[in-house]
Amino acid sequence: MAVSRREVWQHGTVVATRQLTPEIRRIEFDVEQPLRADPGAHVDVRVPIRGRQEKRSYSIVDATPDGARIALSVYRSPVTRGGADAMNALAPGDRVELTRPLNDFPLRPGASRYLLLAGGVGITAILGMASALRSAGADYRLVYAGRSRGLMAYLDELVATHGDRLSVHARDEGTTISVPQLIGGLTADTELYICGPIRLMDAVRRAWTERGLPPGSLRMETFGNSGWFDAQPFTVRIPAIGLEAEVGPDQSMLEALEAAGADMMFECRKGECGLCEVRVTALEGDIDHRDVFYSERQKDARGKLCCCVSRVVAGAGGPAVVTTVTS
Amino acid sequence: MPETTAAKLLDYPRNAWYVAAWDHEVGRKQILARTVAGRPLALYRTEDGRAVALADACWHRLAPLSKGTLIGPEDIRCPYHGITYDSRGRCTSMPAQETLNPSALVPSFPVVERYRYVWVWVGDPALADESLIPDMHQMTDPEWTGDGLTIEAPCNYQLILDNLMDLTHEEFVHSSSIGQKELSESEFVTSHTERTVKVERWMLDIEPPPFWLKNMRDKYPGFSGRVDRWQIIHFEAPSTICIDVGVAKAGTGAPDGDRSQGVNGYVMNTITPETDRTSHYFWSFQRNYRLDSQLITTQLRDGVHGVFGEDEAMLRAQQEAIDANPDYEFYSLNIDAGGMWVRRILERMLLAEGRDRLPQPVG
Repeated sequence: MAVSRREVWQHGTVVATRQLTPEIRRIEFDVEQPLRADPGAHVDVRVPIRGRQEKRSYSIVDATPDGARIALSVYRSPVTRGGADAMNALAPGDRVELTRPLNDFPLRPGASRYLLLAGGVGITAILGMASALRSAGADYRLVYAGRSRGLMAYLDELVATHGDRLSVHARDEGTTISVPQLIGGLTADTELYICGPIRLMDAVRRAWTERGLPPGSLRMETFGNSGWFDAQPFTVRIPAIGLEAEVGPDQSMLEALEAAGADMMFECRKGECGLCEVRVTALEGDIDHRDVFYSERQKDARGKLCCCVSRVVAGAGGPAVVTTVTS
Repeated sequence: MPETTAAKLLDYPRNAWYVAAWDHEVGRKQILARTVAGRPLALYRTEDGRAVALADACWHRLAPLSKGTLIGPEDIRCPYHGITYDSRGRCTSMPAQETLNPSALVPSFPVVERYRYVWVWVGDPALADESLIPDMHQMTDPEWTGDGLTIEAPCNYQLILDNLMDLTHEEFVHSSSIGQKELSESEFVTSHTERTVKVERWMLDIEPPPFWLKNMRDKYPGFSGRVDRWQIIHFEAPSTICIDVGVAKAGTGAPDGDRSQGVNGYVMNTITPETDRTSHYFWSFQRNYRLDSQLITTQLRDGVHGVFGEDEAMLRAQQEAIDANPDYEFYSLNIDAGGMWVRRILERMLLAEGRDRLPQPVG
């Protein structure tokens, strides 16, 4: 299994861009050091945000067989973390620094059945898997959920390619996905690959666990950029080092603490590893846990949070302030 | 078209089936650690008997899973921090946290059991086509019987392929058992396809060397006299060589296909590169007469073991001389035709994998 986790940085040159939906833009790059991109692969891109080079991860939607040209798709939410603005501004001829393909979400060939589940822009991580499974003649279903067909990227080509294997759920058509029904109908030999908003992934994980399906058969890709609430500004305090920082809606708490001079520990920066954990000693408002590291029990306890992705939201009319102890 | 090289240290294709172990070596009593084509593997069986090959390095801190424990129907537990994986390499438990990290997995390699061996594909799993497993049917065909062993050969795998593709060495390396001067004197015919090479040699009306005289007497008690002897070497990519060998009473039609007055064996060899300079050499000697005799099976296995010990000593000495003379190159002779076709096939496989640059010689 090609599990590529070693970061090799290179340059890529933008060769084409195209607006797919009002919120999602496709950007194609020619890269210096081509490497075949297996399904599930992503690249990390260095993007300038507030004068700093921040790293953002984007799934490879498709690529030429030799990997010389890769396509990414960038989602710009109304309240963005800032990476999308810089990416959306790219035009043909622009050069960026990006990694060779990395893969934390490899597709395993040979399963009896597959369910691919994409929510919104999560389709970017799933689309290549669907193509690969189709080529391999595998038994797969693709479930694609979104707010409205007009906001769902690549929908027409997915319909054309996957036909009956694809089911589309659009909230504005009242066909919202029923997770318990979806997971309840699976056979035990199904492998599920999911990329989507944290709400969807949490619901799937809960249903999966409740049904006692094999934990190894549920595969998730999360870029840690969606929450239960829209991002809003909040205040973080670390009394032990006399630090107080404002976290803007377009930056993470980790980034704000780093910018304020705190010496932070971290690894994945997408809510998976748990290394950026901070302990909460006081809270005004509530925590919007956006990680997949903590269990529901731990999230409900509100004692700790993964500051790379999780945020604080205000209660009605109140402030949003978290007081913490860092490692 | 690239020239076929006589590289002293040939790289090995990864998109290929290699034998990782004899079937009996892989079980549940212990986890087998073995390196195949540069990839360390942890090999074991699930409770329902399926062979599993996982990368022998935990996803977390790369501790060797082969030193771990088998848990439940199919899981393996890392000996260091207790992280468990299923037979697909997916994490099933992380004792120190309440959730599973979504990235956690160790590579699980395609495995097929066939011909008494556990075959593993360490390259791109999407290309792992079972029909590419070399034909070694004499290992399990009811018309054949026999047994073999493994040599841990201290040399590059290509040196073993060279050894088996040119049997003129038998006169000098194996003079007391199967060697005779007619080997070097007789003509041979070489042919090839995209994945196979064949070298055929017949020695007519000769005195049987001691090994073959013994075999004839097993079938024809008291036999004496001259024989027609054959060696038909079948190579199949990347590193399997099955040699059709035998003798028949001279002039009874063996060269024309009538082997009824003789004895026939198949020397089954499949070589698994371990590192650039070490190889797992799995062999067996199969025969199609006196199938009922365990005595003959054991005698043949032990006899061939002795013969191959002579090869092992030569291969070790050759690899040492190669490494001690980094500035000297190989020269290829007419007798190397079979081995050179093997090299060309292997180099094309390497080229297809984008690995046409060969390792630089040491020194």
